[in-house]
Amino acid sequence: MQLQSMYQDIILDHYRNPHGRGLRDPFEAEVHHVNPTCGDEVTLRVHLEGETIADVSYEGMGCSISQASVSAMYDLVIGKSVTEAMHTGEQFMTLMQSKGNATVAEELEDDLEDAVAFAGVSKYPARVKCALMSWMALKDASARALSTTNEAN
Amino acid sequence: MTETVSRPVGARQVPLPLDVEAIRADFPILSRTVRDGKRLVYLDSGATSQKPTSVLDAERWFYENVNAAPHRGAHQLAEEATAAYEAARTTIGAFIGAPENEVVFTRNSTEAINLVAYALSNAATAKEPEFRRYAVGQGDEIVVTEMEHHANLLPWQQLCERTGATLRWLGLTDDGRLDLSDLATVVNERTKLVAVTQQSNILGTINPLGDIVARAREVGALVLVDGAQSVPHQRVDVTELGADFLVFSGHKMLGPTGVGVLWGRYDVLDALPPFLTGGSMIEVVRMEGSTFMPPPQRFEAGVPMTAQVIGLAAAAEYLQRLGMDAVQAHEEALTEYALAELQAIPGVTVIGPPDTVARGGAISFTVEGVHPHDVGQVLDDLGIAVRVGHHCAWPVVRRYGVPATTRATFYVHTGYDDVDALVEGVREAQRFFGVAPSEVK
Ligand SMILES: Cc1ncc(COP(=O)(O)O)c(C=O)c1O
Repeated sequence: MQLQSMYQDIILDHYRNPHGRGLRDPFEAEVHHVNPTCGDEVTLRVHLEGETIADVSYEGMGCSISQASVSAMYDLVIGKSVTEAMHTGEQFMTLMQSKGNATVAEELEDDLEDAVAFAGVSKYPARVKCALMSWMALKDASARALSTTNEAN
Repeated sequence: MTETVSRPVGARQVPLPLDVEAIRADFPILSRTVRDGKRLVYLDSGATSQKPTSVLDAERWFYENVNAAPHRGAHQLAEEATAAYEAARTTIGAFIGAPENEVVFTRNSTEAINLVAYALSNAATAKEPEFRRYAVGQGDEIVVTEMEHHANLLPWQQLCERTGATLRWLGLTDDGRLDLSDLATVVNERTKLVAVTQQSNILGTINPLGDIVARAREVGALVLVDGAQSVPHQRVDVTELGADFLVFSGHKMLGPTGVGVLWGRYDVLDALPPFLTGGSMIEVVRMEGSTFMPPPQRFEAGVPMTAQVIGLAAAAEYLQRLGMDAVQAHEEALTEYALAELQAIPGVTVIGPPDTVARGGAISFTVEGVHPHDVGQVLDDLGIAVRVGHHCAWPVVRRYGVPATTRATFYVHTGYDDVDALVEGVREAQRFFGVAPSEVK
């Protein structure tokens, strides 16, 4: 069965016990993203302290992949600068485009931590979007948060 | 959650009206394997159907023997292509009880509905007085239902936005049927057109069109029936339907992609201005202005999808040989069995009518604790193709408070073994995600 390669235990753990779930104050930007092909949704808030991502809070509904992805992302980006987080997002994107290529996953393992478990998802084009939704939302929210904090300064 | 369905004492397997083994042999794709050598269990005919050899052969025959642009040119191939194209129109018309001059070829159901919606707004600005009869504008109302496929919703929303008309709709009952309690007020003197599906692609419901058509007639409204899920699966005769328009897609009825049908009552079609304009639909063209052909040519601008139309006629003939009543009875037997088997699994909830009364073979369901995407993934791993998501009927999933569903649809090659595979696959999904009945706390 191929399923195990997609549904790694790490993914199922994040799905069952999501990290950082719930919408919290304060925040500088809130975005709502949907995956129009399946109706999965995420509402995501970003709170910055200076350039640093102090909190990412979210609520959403969707499949195990989309829900686990946002949870793993939460672990990865808290405490990073927006620039660093966006770089991590690009690495995750690279992983998602790797079509199951093990070398790519190995190279990214140190940086992506738990999120490298999503390597198996990259073999299923229809599910890649599920894994990427939260990262798209983060990118969007961070950009907005930066522009509001810049305006305030 | 309360379990309202008790476990049936052994679901019934009545003998199936169609010879599944013989039919499967007609579909080359069914002999391929998927996901490491597994038999393909194709339960996604509602999205698009597979094609029998006779349909593939018909398209190939056209390209190898008569390929030319129909209705253009005077050479022998053009003559033969025109004859083949028009003979196909006659065959496809006969399939729904319509004369050939009421059959318009479009790309699919979506385009057929848009054709009507644009014709109604174009009517408001037509320079020809005879094309203004059905003009839609401010103060007019268009009625749809909450169970429409996006293809039979967005064109009407957009028509209303273009013209200032108002969109109204009939709601749904908790068991997946149209709520007709306010039919008399929703469809009223201001209503210009009622657009309704005959079979829901997500709930499986077969709608009581008679009541709706009767009310529309009382107030002088046009009726458009979305037959995308009915024409492939049940006998549909436009002379019995009483509607003004019927649309359907070739690819959902064993035919090729790229061809759909708009049937319209001739006098109504004749009073409509064109949607797309260009070659093949004109009478006289001058720099100052042009005149158009009568229907159906008025609505078929450009070189048509000739080979697809020929293929669709072969599909109609294939279905006719099986008999549409047998096709419907076949699917009903499978549906009854599948509904009983699926609803016997704790945690599985069918979204839509729970029995086979006025119901087609689209079965949408949810599995408690497993998202439809994940159900679909486990099924796919077992070689079972289903559809997951909102099925282009987002208001429906919202109405029933679920994010999405898993949907199985049946067709002429579906057998009890396919249903058994589905049921076992759903149990496997429950096991895989740790929500199998024995593990539920
Ligand atoms: C009920 C219904 N109406 C309309 C459509 C649109 O058909 P098509 O995509 O072939 O235009 C579909 C299928 O997608 C459908 O199921």
